[in-house]
Amino acid sequence: MPRPDCRLGIDVGGTNTDAVIIDPADRVIAKAKVPCTPDITGGIAAAIDSVLRAPGVEPARISHVMLGTTHATNAVLERRNLRRVAVLRIGGPATYAIRPMYEWPRDLARTVSAGETIVDGGIEFDGRDLSPLDTDAIARFLGQVGGAADGVAITSVFAPVSPRHELLAAEIVKRELGEVHVSLSHEIGSIGLLERENATILNGALAGVARDVAEGMRAALAAHHLRPTRFFAQNDGTLMGLDHALRYPVLTIGSGPANSVRGAAFLTGNSDSLVADVGGTSTDIGVLVNGFPRESSQGVEIGGIRTNFRMPDLVTIALGGGTVVCRDREETRLGPRSVGYLIQQEALVFGGPTPTLTDSAVAAGRAAIGEAKPGRRHRRLLAEALARADVMLAEAIDRVKTSKADTPLIAVGGGSILVPDRIPGISEVIRPEHFDTANAVGAAIAAVSGQVDRIFQLREGGRTAALDEAASEARERAVAAGADPDTVEIVEIEEIPLAYLTSPTVRIRAKAAGTLGGLPEQRFQADMARQARLADQLDPAETAAT
Amino acid sequence: MKRLLDTDSLRAMARGCAILGAGGGGDVYLDLLQALQAIEEYGPVPLMDLDELPGDALIMPGGGVGAPTVVIEKIANGNEGERLRDQLEHLTGRQVAALMAAEIGGGNGIVPVAWAARMGLPMVDADGIGRAFPEIPQVAMHLAGIPPSPAVMTDERGNMVVFQTISGDWMERLERAAAVEFGGIAQSTEFSLTVAQARDGATVRNSVSLAIRIGEALTNAPDNPLTALIAEIGAFRLVTGKVLDVERRMTSGFTRGTVVVEGTGEDAGRLVRLELQNEHLVALERGHVLASVPDLITVLDTETADAISTERIRYGQRVTVIAFACDPVWRTGRGLEVAGPRAFGYEFDFVPVEEIARATA
Repeated sequence: MPRPDCRLGIDVGGTNTDAVIIDPADRVIAKAKVPCTPDITGGIAAAIDSVLRAPGVEPARISHVMLGTTHATNAVLERRNLRRVAVLRIGGPATYAIRPMYEWPRDLARTVSAGETIVDGGIEFDGRDLSPLDTDAIARFLGQVGGAADGVAITSVFAPVSPRHELLAAEIVKRELGEVHVSLSHEIGSIGLLERENATILNGALAGVARDVAEGMRAALAAHHLRPTRFFAQNDGTLMGLDHALRYPVLTIGSGPANSVRGAAFLTGNSDSLVADVGGTSTDIGVLVNGFPRESSQGVEIGGIRTNFRMPDLVTIALGGGTVVCRDREETRLGPRSVGYLIQQEALVFGGPTPTLTDSAVAAGRAAIGEAKPGRRHRRLLAEALARADVMLAEAIDRVKTSKADTPLIAVGGGSILVPDRIPGISEVIRPEHFDTANAVGAAIAAVSGQVDRIFQLREGGRTAALDEAASEARERAVAAGADPDTVEIVEIEEIPLAYLTSPTVRIRAKAAGTLGGLPEQRFQADMARQARLADQLDPAETAAT
Repeated sequence: MKRLLDTDSLRAMARGCAILGAGGGGDVYLDLLQALQAIEEYGPVPLMDLDELPGDALIMPGGGVGAPTVVIEKIANGNEGERLRDQLEHLTGRQVAALMAAEIGGGNGIVPVAWAARMGLPMVDADGIGRAFPEIPQVAMHLAGIPPSPAVMTDERGNMVVFQTISGDWMERLERAAAVEFGGIAQSTEFSLTVAQARDGATVRNSVSLAIRIGEALTNAPDNPLTALIAEIGAFRLVTGKVLDVERRMTSGFTRGTVVVEGTGEDAGRLVRLELQNEHLVALERGHVLASVPDLITVLDTETADAISTERIRYGQRVTVIAFACDPVWRTGRGLEVAGPRAFGYEFDFVPVEEIARATA
């Protein structure tokens, strides 16, 4: 039996499901690209089958499997396979002015909500109780809606300052309803009650989706007699263990774009540059900072719902290898229609009838693919279309850039043959090997991170003490998630002072990351340290009153 | 003309309030939701011109005092306005006839609409500033000599404090301290006044309808909202470009900082620096002042023409900076003393934005 030492990375995109296998020396030894299936697990299974059958692959060497997918977003958009959630907000007598799910699309609220309530409790910005937690009201609410709910989403005012009321409420849920899925807001989002509450509710709604994907992956691997450790990629492109992903599926919602940025970094060894991921239908341009995707400063909307997730900060344009070009009166038009995965039948270079940007790229000599050369009569159209595409791409790149200086651009994705070698503001265009499966490579890189985003009142020790505390908590979270403690370092730390408060108060965001490989013992210890920290928050003197 | 603040006009008003916030006044989104929920439950709010109300009718100005970060977390109960009204009526022995926003800029411009819906009272088409300013005495009522007292502050729990102070500055100090104890945010009323006083220069008139008009101009010109907005308010475009640098720091409870915008397109090669203290204070280019307080300087998303607050501005955003004239009350000697460049620690005298624009044209 070979020693299990290879990683299998899977990325479920809009058009294709990609898979790669990476050996212990970090080389890509096999890759596969298969069309997505409506149930997504079919595509995952096909990609796994295909990559495991590639020449030179010994399936028994697979030790870890990592999956990145934007499937959760689609489930919300399509209202598919969503669970019903009891929505518990802890913050009365504050917060009644805007009730839970007030701005949700009505049909989505009806699909997801098993009932909503606001109970007394919650925390002040300085850590005091807003009001005592009304445990009886929680028990009553659970008694009313428990039967209809698959899970409970709990959000307390200022949980990012102290999660103690959320933790107490979770205990009541366990007592009243047993082992139902519980989503706690302090594990999901930061400051911004409604946005964090929305994300927490979505998390509960997505619990079934995550379970199905995990089960599909398990079954596909079991068919090859494999039981590797399974991970999911999250919004910053780092990994979390299966158990954590099942509890917090919403954290995987932005993993698709993050994976290609991380994959581009890995394939080039470049940690700071721009990344253009050109697919069949669209192009995402993101920024690689210190090896990670730059995140948006504002929360994103998912299916019309505001959340406070920080997702990769991208500019997306409707430009891809399958983008259809045509002439409308005297004007050359690009898309937005794309032939998508039908490119091998539709594009001129594959003998099809439809001029696409891939044909433009081939006609201009940027790539040599397909068997047919586009005919002379299309020449002007294709050239004009490519010139337009170059301008669109250059504008999008300029929108993403944050400094005047020229930066390198890494071009990845199946459609990246479109990207010209010279672009204003770009010092060089880097085209790594395996560019067409950079996203699956990104999933398989095996970095594990831990994040903290909390409010600190500066007391003794001032800023330094608060920054240290945030940093060690981020480190503990990374190790608990499976990072090798020897490799964990702080990759990002940011402090934001809060205005209009006379006592000095800051919000600190810290992120630590390391490589996969912590020993079970180390994970356990980090988890214990984290538990101890949480126990500190549950000050007995304060909770006795409740 | 009597009109109703309903769902559509409130949504328009919110966009207008954000632009009149000149970068400050807090995010409008939550206040809009609060007002929408209130009118959904209690019905729309009449908007009345000051001339439609009897001169001796009492107006209750109001809004929130506190930290924006707390506002987005600890949302109000909704009943704070009623409590303020009851206490103010008790203190003055008079009945409140209408509500008014202490400042139209930002979310505080909308909060009183939610209160008014619950009380069945009208809003007057006026406010205390015509924009947003950081301190409680920076209102037209103060310039007109109306005392801030009796002021009332309350929280979502029902705690209430009555302030009787000797000056506006004391009101600022004491209310700010109390707001922190309340948990970083509280709702308050100061400078209650009669309709006659409000008509007689103690308020900025027609500012609610202006906010609505601004929002409607944006909505009605989806293809070119920026041009529509500039035409609607007679603004001057200072620069169009992208945010090159943002720096913020805390000094005595306020956010101070700078934003640098690098011109693009026809403004390529230009660098405009904004200095801010919660609101934008000054716009500078090569050491020359392009606009300054009390005139309004607002950063807009170039594409949508929506305002970007000083808390949300970040690197790389595509922005257009505009400046426009403040209400004349702020350009008087007394107005400049309270909210001119020197009141914010600058060593230069105020020059109206239209004069600077004419001089550089």
